[in-house]
Amino acid sequence: MSFHPNDVARRSRFVTIALFGVFVVLLSAFFRTQILQNYKYSLQSEENRLREVPLPAPRGIILDRNKQIIAENVPGYSVSILSPSADSLRASLGRLGKLITLTPEQIEASVRRYKRAPARPTVVLADATFDVVSVLEERRVEYPGLIIQSAPKRYYPDSSTVASFVGYVGEVTESELTQASFQGYKVGQQVGKAGLEKQYEKQLRGREGARYVEVDARGRVVRDVGARAELTPAAAAPLYTNIDIDLQRYMTTIFGDSLQGGAIAIEPKTGAVIALYSAPSYNPNRFIGGIPADYWRALNDDPRRPLYNKVIQGQYPPGSTFKLATAAIALQDGVVGLDEHMRDACTGGYTYGTRYFRCHKKEGHGSLSLVGAIEQSCDVYFYQLGLRMGISRLIAGGVSMNFDKRSGIDLPSESRTIFPYSVDYYNQRFGKGKWTQAVILNLAIGQGENAQTVVNMARFYTALANGGEASTPEIATGAPKRTKTFALTAEQMTGLNAALMGVVSMGTARSAAISGVVLAGKTGTAQNSTDELHHHAWFTGFAPAKDPKIVIAVMLEFGGHGDRAARIASKIVEHYLKVVPTQLISTEGD
Amino acid sequence: MRRTIADYPLVAAAVLLSLFGVIAVYSAGQTDVPTVAARAWRMQIIWLGLGVFVAFAVSRASVRLMEWLTVPAYLGACALLAMLLIPGLGGGAGDAASSKSWLMLGSHRLGQPSELAKITVVLMLARVLSDRREAPKSMLELWQPALVVFIPFALIMLQPDLGSAIAFIGIFFAMMYWSGVPMRLLILVASPGISLLLAYQTALWGAWFLLLLALVLWYKPYVIEGVLLLIANVATGVIAPLAWDRMKPYQQHRLLVFIDPTVDSHGSGWHVIQSQVAIGSGGWFGKGLLEGTQKRLGYLPEQHTDFIFSVVGEELGFVGVSVALALLCFLLIRCVRVATNANDSFSSLVALGLAASWLVHIVVNIGMTLGLMPITGIPLPFFSYGGSYLLACWIAVGILLRISTEGRGGRTGELAI
Repeated sequence: MSFHPNDVARRSRFVTIALFGVFVVLLSAFFRTQILQNYKYSLQSEENRLREVPLPAPRGIILDRNKQIIAENVPGYSVSILSPSADSLRASLGRLGKLITLTPEQIEASVRRYKRAPARPTVVLADATFDVVSVLEERRVEYPGLIIQSAPKRYYPDSSTVASFVGYVGEVTESELTQASFQGYKVGQQVGKAGLEKQYEKQLRGREGARYVEVDARGRVVRDVGARAELTPAAAAPLYTNIDIDLQRYMTTIFGDSLQGGAIAIEPKTGAVIALYSAPSYNPNRFIGGIPADYWRALNDDPRRPLYNKVIQGQYPPGSTFKLATAAIALQDGVVGLDEHMRDACTGGYTYGTRYFRCHKKEGHGSLSLVGAIEQSCDVYFYQLGLRMGISRLIAGGVSMNFDKRSGIDLPSESRTIFPYSVDYYNQRFGKGKWTQAVILNLAIGQGENAQTVVNMARFYTALANGGEASTPEIATGAPKRTKTFALTAEQMTGLNAALMGVVSMGTARSAAISGVVLAGKTGTAQNSTDELHHHAWFTGFAPAKDPKIVIAVMLEFGGHGDRAARIASKIVEHYLKVVPTQLISTEGD
Repeated sequence: MRRTIADYPLVAAAVLLSLFGVIAVYSAGQTDVPTVAARAWRMQIIWLGLGVFVAFAVSRASVRLMEWLTVPAYLGACALLAMLLIPGLGGGAGDAASSKSWLMLGSHRLGQPSELAKITVVLMLARVLSDRREAPKSMLELWQPALVVFIPFALIMLQPDLGSAIAFIGIFFAMMYWSGVPMRLLILVASPGISLLLAYQTALWGAWFLLLLALVLWYKPYVIEGVLLLIANVATGVIAPLAWDRMKPYQQHRLLVFIDPTVDSHGSGWHVIQSQVAIGSGGWFGKGLLEGTQKRLGYLPEQHTDFIFSVVGEELGFVGVSVALALLCFLLIRCVRVATNANDSFSSLVALGLAASWLVHIVVNIGMTLGLMPITGIPLPFFSYGGSYLLACWIAVGILLRISTEGRGGRTGELAI
């Protein structure tokens, strides 16, 4: 080689410069990665390292009007697993299955949950028993992805007593997560599924916290605490309700195990719902942490339909309880006066066209004034009153009194009532010219194309008790909207109330006690197409008649005579007002 | 006979780098997931002790003795490489199970002969090149040094071990340059390789071919050379796609991942990404020694060998990386100085060749951790865990010390025998 010192020195210079060049390039590459892109890579490194374990927030407790607990949170445990893949989750569940019982459904549900949110710990048991937790805790090291944590669990101390209005909570479903109203919810969170829990979900939901665990490249938890400061969950504020839990309990006991139906008690001045019960009920505590399949089946197979709320969902012909509406409409429109008699006296029936419409009293009531007809619940009088008003007027009046609408109670899934919106209803239903004015005879006595919810009838009687004004029934404290339901003169109002009270001396009233207050109200025995032999028994009314403190509506499905409902209503009022009603007005309609 | 180790800065750089390396290997073993690297640092210290001892011994042997031993050492190394191809003697290591880079005795891994071969190739090349009065001026004259490199290169490619093979190419070109081979000749020699790299895009390759044609006409090599060169370029440029099909899937995969690391986010590309995340998340000062989360949680593959520098980057940050790079750079500058001041051409070529070998390892290994180079499984000098290579590095240090001592800059004169 040419080893002349000058050549060597030249090459040496070149090589040295080249060397520096190489190292400067390397150094700048590190500068770019470590300094300029540091943020991106730090984030990625943290994402690699940490897994968020949600800390469920306690839901707001639900209180009755005396701050007694309706719904609270008790300590529970949830078991979840962090897995890098669905297969690994299956493997872990398979191994867990040797320690604790896991049904194939539970395993499939877990895998589905995993697929929806792989980065979140997959909930295996949302509500694990203490026994299961202690077994798992003991062998924890063998299950690296296992996360056992305390999770507040919803508990309803009065269980089935409050189920009708409080509802229950459950895990948010896949379809719910796609809805706009569930924006911000994550897989595995508990949400209200029914009743107040659902209605006031936004208020009751706490702010979920999080703790962070450190996982290795295979998704195994290597450090449980201290990986990063945790976010403490925040409980939601309590929800105050108008419910009187004491009355609610009483209502439950009085319905007992055999009666089937619903009842609602409302404070007439405010519209506050004091008690609401649908019988039979169900135990909402069994719904927490996943409804056991057999319990769910039993509830759904029960012919008495415990999950069907008979106060807000059930639609029943209102029967004679509707006669007050017919009377109020007629009075409001000046069609009839309080003392006015109809052309035909009641002889136990009425012939319209070729059809004969019977009164519930075979021997007939004779000639009656409106007040008397209400007192006696005379069908013949109301047949004629209906005919005199005409179908349009009766329907328009009913619509203006909200018989075609929901009551607006603050509960989800309230059913719409059935009531003709106008005469066109009949044209559509039967065809133009294919129906006769005879429909008005049925409509006037609360039969025919009329099906009301118990709560909507209660709302109407609130207006009767409250001088024509009724507030929207409200369970949770709020400022209910007050609406003028009908406009009767004070005289007419007094007349109607007098009619309801006047029955005391003339009607088939049941005196319950010597001293106390007057329960004003109307029974109804409604025919229904489901069971021709067993009518629905209604009672709607208020007490004390002079200064109403409580409006009560009771409906017994296939309960027979209205007086059965009246007896129950009487007991409820008695319990609430701590006095025994002196007279119970109970006039019988058909 | 009394001698003094003259080049203290060189020794200091090597010692500091080795200590840095041991610390890095120790840290690499401190993970939350069970790892084979847990006790590697102890073995690394033993190998370091052995290496320093051997380096000391080597530094006491004269360059002439080394020169005399060159041919037998070279032949021996080639024989060892050939032995690896005999079933039962060659064994796989780590991830590339099909690769046979380890010399096995039963199930025991004795060492990686390719590390020894790198030194002997440097010695042999130096010997061949220094024997000539003039540096090769034409391609035909390059046949001798080319053969010296080609034999072990081919044997290693048969293992196959792409990383070590790349090191031979680097050594070859660096020593050619140092011996005075003109740059243009080197470019012509390298041209088939460049054709190969450009083969994936016909237009690019066409442009390169025209440029090459111009170069050939400009420099006027022998006609036969020019023709052969152009044929070679056509061959690599056109045959490369065919050769691609013959590649082993994992080789194809590695090359693909080199071009686009996101090709396979949980295969080799995943390793590169995680290495980048480790280094990138280090920031200025790193997460602290032993505290690297990427390493601790098992996101870094081969964290004690191939990806040791990712650990340095993650735990010590840009500052730590700068210190390590500065030390490495200083070591190489020192080597160039030794080569520059060497007494004779053989010594000078050896010094430069050893430095070139280190440089290739450094660039390829560190470039790999940043995703700038393909994953070749090539160790980082003084850092990566591995007895054979640490020993080889310290033997090289010993040789360099000896050359330095005998060289003009050294203080040998007064202390000579």
